[in-house]
Amino acid sequence: MAKKIDETQVRKVAKLARLQLDDAEVAQFSTDLSSIVEYIEKLNELDTDSVEPLAHCLPVHNVFRDDVVKPSLTVEQVLANAPQRADDFFKVPKILDDNSGA
Amino acid sequence: MSDLQYRTIVGLEIHVHLATRTKMFCGCEMAYGVRPNSRVCPVCMGMPGVLPVMNKQAFEYAVLTALALNCSIPSFTKWDRKSYYYPDLPKNYQISQYDLPMSENGFIDIPLESGQVKRIGIIRAHLEEDAGKNTHTLGNFSAVDLNRTGSPLLEIVTEPDMSSPDEVRALAVELQRIVRYLGVSEGDMQKGHMRFEPNINLAITKDGQEYRTPIAEIKNLNSFRALERSVAYETARQLDEFTDRGITMQMGNKSTRGWDDDNQCTVLQREKEEAHDYRYFPDPDLVPVEMDDEWLSRIRADLCEMPIQKQNRFVSEFALSEYDAGVLTQIRSTAELFEQAVALGADPKKACNIITQNFQKIANEKGCTVCELGITPEKIVEMTNMVTIGQISSTSVSSIAVLSVANLSKTLREIAVEHNLIQTSDAGEIEALVDQVIADNPAAVEDVTSGGKKSKKARGFLLGQVMQRSKGQANPKIVAQILAKKLS
Repeated sequence: MAKKIDETQVRKVAKLARLQLDDAEVAQFSTDLSSIVEYIEKLNELDTDSVEPLAHCLPVHNVFRDDVVKPSLTVEQVLANAPQRADDFFKVPKILDDNSGA
Repeated sequence: MSDLQYRTIVGLEIHVHLATRTKMFCGCEMAYGVRPNSRVCPVCMGMPGVLPVMNKQAFEYAVLTALALNCSIPSFTKWDRKSYYYPDLPKNYQISQYDLPMSENGFIDIPLESGQVKRIGIIRAHLEEDAGKNTHTLGNFSAVDLNRTGSPLLEIVTEPDMSSPDEVRALAVELQRIVRYLGVSEGDMQKGHMRFEPNINLAITKDGQEYRTPIAEIKNLNSFRALERSVAYETARQLDEFTDRGITMQMGNKSTRGWDDDNQCTVLQREKEEAHDYRYFPDPDLVPVEMDDEWLSRIRADLCEMPIQKQNRFVSEFALSEYDAGVLTQIRSTAELFEQAVALGADPKKACNIITQNFQKIANEKGCTVCELGITPEKIVEMTNMVTIGQISSTSVSSIAVLSVANLSKTLREIAVEHNLIQTSDAGEIEALVDQVIADNPAAVEDVTSGGKKSKKARGFLLGQVMQRSKGQANPKIVAQILAKKLS
């Protein structure tokens, strides 16, 4: 039987998540993820035609805060866990193919 | 040569920074030009266990802007996570809105050069958080500043309804006017408060066949000029690419290009669009927002007359030119100053001239608005009245404007008197001066009355003499009239 999640899909998802997997890991994840998806598919047996899609698991909405400034961390605190820093900046490996920007 | 016609098709994706005091989901201060990483907290850094909470002001600003863009506001909206793998957003996703945005289906009317208005559709506007800032000045490393991370951003997506660089610019300028009128954003492109990313391609008809060129998205546009020029450049480039190499739109050949301002061209950044796989899913940290009529009408109450409506009304109601009305309505407080002055009895055309040609100039030099100069509607009324009754000449208006800004407590009349800028329109007074000048300059009088070649020059000389004796305070129009009568 064909796997629910084949190795091509594993490689694609790994690439999107910036994960480096060797061939053995790809095979392993293909097996593991397929069994998870098969397990979850049991839910398809339920009839959900008359159930509204769930946007959030809590019956709560409109939780806001006022637009009031709260103290930030100090620059030293912010950079305390940074593997590398350059003055007040985080120093990270050069970003190739920079398509950042929201 | 074959018959070829083309049409440019442009849609815009726009990001507007909302002018809140704090970020979208935490209480860090929104501040520009401060020490790097000094406005950062565990929420901005995506630390485990943190809980983002919505900024109510940001949400209301977003709704207000969406209302101004004639969007419908659904009663239910929610937040989604969009995968994002760059260090300027360390939690590896951006909080955004996917399938249930806070607004959709609107439009914006933009004024065209021709004086007509074009309606551009708005597909949707949604709220999201901004990323921080990466700089690439460290050789093999990049420097990351998270101060901007988590700032509230309104993303607006238009229909591809624009068909020229002019229209794209007009939309950008109009949107800037709108967000400034509403006070929801400073709208400064240089500071990145507004970012425009055009999607451009061409519809080409050649020998009766229709073709489409591949869509290019343009980034890195930091001014209205760059925006306008990039669209013009891209139109020409795509046309060349089609005529030279016959390249047309296919699956997956959309590209991203960056604007190079130094060389005034677009540069290829990414050829093949990797199938956008953002893997959106609902954000479990944030609860949905439900909008009821009562809340919506409270937000709606903050809407004001939109700039283009004001501009059109200034033309129809006060007989101003399109151009004058456009200048006056650029800044809301200036437009309102004008309206209040007119309501208090100022002549509209004169008030417009005084505001746009004198006070606006001073305000521009000082980098503020006319109202911030301390100029009141009453001052404008006083000035227009003084011009109307000929108490001051049109040339001294600019001096009085400058002096009045420096002496806000004084009335314009006090200033004019103090600086000898009141002009005399009293016919009796002027007549006496004219008589003196005629008596003292028989040769020039002779030149005028004999009507020879020198006549015109001599008349000018006599007028100058009268003005001199009045120390420049006689109304030159009346001097000329009296002089003409005496010498006829």
